[in-house]
Amino acid sequence: MDLFEYQARDIFAKHDVPVLAGEVIDTPEAAREVTERLGGRAVVKAQVKTGGRGKAGGVKLAADPADAVEKARAILGMDIKGHTVQKVMLAETADIAEEYYVSFLLDRTNRTFLAMASVEGGVEIEEVAATKPEALAKIPVDAIEGVTDTKAREIAQAAKFPAELTDQVANVLKKLWDVFVREDALLVEVNPLVKTGDGKVIALDGKVSLDEGAEFRQPDHAALEDKSAADPLEAAAKAKGLNYVKLDGQVGIIGNGAGLVMSTLDVVAYAGEAHKNVKPANFLDIGGGASAEVMANGLEIILGDPDVKSVFVNVFGGITACDAVANGIVQALELLKSKGEDVNKPLVVRLDGNNAELGRKILTDANHPLVQQVDTMDGAADRAAELAAK
Amino acid sequence: MAIFLTKESKVIVQGMTGSEGQKHTKRMLASGTNIVGGVNPRKAGTDVDFDGTQVPVFGSVKEAIEATGADATVIFVPPKFAKDAVVEAVDAGIGLAVVITEGIAVHDTAYFWDYACQKGNKTRIVGPNCPGLITPGQSNAGIIPGDITRAGRIGLVSKSGTLTYQMMYELRDLGFSSAVGIGGDPVIGTTHIDALQAFEADPDTDLVVMIGEIGGDAEERAADFIKENVTKPVVGYVAGFTAPEGKTMGHAGAIVSGSSGTAQAKKEALEAAGVKVGKTPSETARLARELLGG
Repeated sequence: MDLFEYQARDIFAKHDVPVLAGEVIDTPEAAREVTERLGGRAVVKAQVKTGGRGKAGGVKLAADPADAVEKARAILGMDIKGHTVQKVMLAETADIAEEYYVSFLLDRTNRTFLAMASVEGGVEIEEVAATKPEALAKIPVDAIEGVTDTKAREIAQAAKFPAELTDQVANVLKKLWDVFVREDALLVEVNPLVKTGDGKVIALDGKVSLDEGAEFRQPDHAALEDKSAADPLEAAAKAKGLNYVKLDGQVGIIGNGAGLVMSTLDVVAYAGEAHKNVKPANFLDIGGGASAEVMANGLEIILGDPDVKSVFVNVFGGITACDAVANGIVQALELLKSKGEDVNKPLVVRLDGNNAELGRKILTDANHPLVQQVDTMDGAADRAAELAAK
Repeated sequence: MAIFLTKESKVIVQGMTGSEGQKHTKRMLASGTNIVGGVNPRKAGTDVDFDGTQVPVFGSVKEAIEATGADATVIFVPPKFAKDAVVEAVDAGIGLAVVITEGIAVHDTAYFWDYACQKGNKTRIVGPNCPGLITPGQSNAGIIPGDITRAGRIGLVSKSGTLTYQMMYELRDLGFSSAVGIGGDPVIGTTHIDALQAFEADPDTDLVVMIGEIGGDAEERAADFIKENVTKPVVGYVAGFTAPEGKTMGHAGAIVSGSSGTAQAKKEALEAAGVKVGKTPSETARLARELLGG
């Protein structure tokens, strides 16, 4: 989960990373009072989860509270690379002498963490990495040992920070490491980290990405989620505990296991090439259990998607027995009907693996007018695509 | 032969007394696994009955090893306790730790991986968030159904559980030497490369099927490894061609970030290394069949 800048700022402050005062608002009028609190001047910054907002005009200096209201009015509602600005942060102004870059991230390839630092901050770091790789220091950080004082100095020196700043930069690095570990982050980035005119090192803009797998010990993180940005179907699926991603096709997909469902999407897309280019409408993994209730919840979400023209239920019974899945489908259709749902889209079902024969028989005997069975994954994908193209 | 797990393997289960642990211990016993004990400090000294087989519970992995000579552990403990469970297994010096648990925080996995490395990599970690591994006809450590297929000469390594089952099913008449589910988390222990290396050295494996998915660069690195080190035929499959950028597709590690981690890039890398890559699981199975001469 990626955070907004203001959320990153708050988390930095919580762990004593030096930051400037700042407050987030969502109406222009609120800018006046906040700017007064910040000393009469403020930087008005669009809160969007994408880069390049400065170039897009999403960051403006306001000379006084009235100006801040005008600047906030101009920025709120702005579209930056497809993201609508719904909030702006007003931040204390700073006298910037130098701009640097520091980050901690997961290095998947080496199964460890990585510190990156450069004295050439303020620009997209990918650009520095591509054009001046020698200006970007990359230092592996051991997961157990973490960032000790020695390690922090090693990073600062490798990035060639001025010697008189080593203490301050090392301190910031240690605090950022606290953020990285204690908040279960997968990325903590400060760009720019600035030196002010009076020689102070401050985190001016930050990016934080949190590990959603750590929510069991991070109860505060759920509140950081940007609910307004979520697709309504994705939000409804999440509320039901379903692993669902909305896509832009016409064939609704339900399957068990992340890999099999991803594979199902691909197979449907290939099959769609022969049927007016129909595509998968979603990813939905109902997991191992596939009970009637989970199946009903999944079907409800998918049938509620107006783009969906047909549904492909693709289950390989590994631990799950296919007869249980078949019963789940039959009961789910009954359950939806009894709830007054308008169930009118064709379902193509492919059952294989554990008790497949029994499962297929249950569906054959139930003889539901909307349910068709095809024995192979490729064949069923083709049938579902054909039905969606009608 | 087979890789990592044989009929000689003496297996213990951490979390055996929990509901998942009990269910799968029963299944593992049914597929012939030599389960010699479970671990739960609060139930040490008791026995658990699995359809007439009494399995003793020990207070720690160390005690279980001392009493039984166990050399493999299957871990079912909840995410919160998984890091400590793996660290305990590593400390006890067990040779194989199969971490089934889904939803372990990345920092915890990075920690226990680092821990295992610092202890000299004596414990092979498989997973986390994986179905485990099976050597059909010999032993089954994890949750892979034991009755899909029989012993044969195909090796399988996969990031995905259900695609492992699907592929074993497609090729069930030919059978498998071993099938290893390495898991779909961003950080895992045993990699495609580790399994490829072991299958290359295994006299009972004639061909390897390798299943990958979007995210990270494990498949690309495996392709480099194959080019240099693998003489046996390898057939590949990659899931996630239609996955949008920036969305996690079920597995925590299955995410395309910018232009990296795409299925297309992985497929191209594998093909450049001489791997035949199937467009669908069934086409992949067909390619394997062809290479095995029928």
